[in-house]
Amino acid sequence: MAKIIVVTSGKGGVGKTTTSASFATGLAQAGHKTVVIDFDVGLRNLDLIMGVERRVVFDFINVIAQEATLKQALIRDKRVENLYILAASQTRDKDALTEAGVARVIDELSKDFDYIVCDSPAGIEKGALLAMHFADEALVVTNPEVSSVRDSDRVLGILSSKTQRAKTGESVKEHLVITRYDANRVARGEMLSVEDVKDILAIPLLGVIPESRDVLNASNQGAPVISMPEVQAAEAYKDLVARFLGEERTHRFLDPSSKGFLNRLFGG
Amino acid sequence: MSLTVLRLNTPDTDRVIAGIEAEVARAPKLFSGLPVLIDLNRHRVDIAQVADIARNQGLVPVAVVDADDDSAASARACGLGVLQQAALDSQASRPRSDERPAARIVDQPVRSGQQLYARGTDLIIRAPVSAGAEVLADGSIHIYGPLRGRALAGCRGDETARIFCQSLEAELVAVAGNYLVADDIASEHRSQPSMVRLVDETLTIENL
Ligand SMILES: Nc1ncnc2c1ncn2[C@@H]1O[C@H](COP(=O)(O)OP(=O)(O)OP(=O)(O)O)[C@@H](O)[C@H]1O
Ligand SMILES: [Mg+2]
Repeated sequence: MAKIIVVTSGKGGVGKTTTSASFATGLAQAGHKTVVIDFDVGLRNLDLIMGVERRVVFDFINVIAQEATLKQALIRDKRVENLYILAASQTRDKDALTEAGVARVIDELSKDFDYIVCDSPAGIEKGALLAMHFADEALVVTNPEVSSVRDSDRVLGILSSKTQRAKTGESVKEHLVITRYDANRVARGEMLSVEDVKDILAIPLLGVIPESRDVLNASNQGAPVISMPEVQAAEAYKDLVARFLGEERTHRFLDPSSKGFLNRLFGG
Repeated sequence: MSLTVLRLNTPDTDRVIAGIEAEVARAPKLFSGLPVLIDLNRHRVDIAQVADIARNQGLVPVAVVDADDDSAASARACGLGVLQQAALDSQASRPRSDERPAARIVDQPVRSGQQLYARGTDLIIRAPVSAGAEVLADGSIHIYGPLRGRALAGCRGDETARIFCQSLEAELVAVAGNYLVADDIASEHRSQPSMVRLVDETLTIENL
């Protein structure tokens, strides 16, 4: 049986898709058969970041509508073994996403995969609710600013009250992921610190991803940032995956840079 | 099942309606589907209209109490029952202290957008109450954690109700309808372990 993980946030543009792509890639690199599903119907994104946009024939909605089989729609990653992508439809509207349809697809994937990563759309509407509905665990992605943290707080409330696990009296295991962390701006008091965010959301911290131009560069190249060599954001995502898989690693890249030699080397 | 009693204190239908709307607006989820008795208190109002508004607000009017003959007739005409005052007394509309239900205890954080209500009793929360969350109780509210959202104790008028929290960072605190918003809370109480209560009808904050 696969473990189902939703990557969610409430607020838009905080780094859910970036995180989904790197997290799924990291799990697959660790030898786990992993599929990442794009729930953001109408706004295809994940396939671009994963560099598979030119290979999409059938998508998630086609499978839900039984116009294609899972086998036809699953796109195998060419660089990383064990990694598969189920793209979102660009053309279909959100009504095509149904609870019964999602349940059937996830059920079928569960038989075959170790991890199912669900990249949620922003907001707390149907797409976001369905992306989290069957989750066993959740990566709650937050930027270190008040509005993003507030939205994540709201999503945590929904995770603990509206999901399938909540309805059967179990709980969804929650992980905090802080992205676009700019230690220099935190030091100047322009952004919330890791401690501030942890204090407000009161859930365990899985990872802190530094703000970095490499993320945009990677997505322009159609590769998840975790696969870029000698890049801080990649290192931070590797740590995050290792922690998720049970390893203990200290959090890095939390202190303001002194623009020293190593920073230049790593292009921080 | 306990019924909530809506007791009219004015014969002015418009004011009654405004009162219902204001009350429901304060906490829409609490009132949704709530069966109510309309205690006319011998006032004559447009019962059909009041019942309609109550229904629109999500309440379920069941019957009128303490109606004179005319009001009783119009209540029956719009499908409401008519009860005698004695029925209301035996119905024990307000829980007496010796039959107060056990406190409601919550171990999970109350998150932004969530609302929690302890009907007829105290509310004990062993986790943070987030900004944008609302907790309400007919009795007192105890929060073993920071209060960052809104807390309303004594919702049905109990002026002895109090609010306790480990760190007062609230957006609003209220006891029996008397409230203070964040701006009214003096800085010496901010982020302090605090108690909020009514002293001589004034809402007062004390550091613990
Ligand atoms: N660590 C980072 N450093 C710098 N830029 C980042 C970082 N993470 C994400 N971004 C940028 O932020 C933007 C939004 O990222 P992404 O698409 O992953 O967010 P999202 O939460 O999936 O958005 P949406 O809510 O629209 O689905 C992108 O331009 C991405 O390149
Ligand atoms: Mg996205």
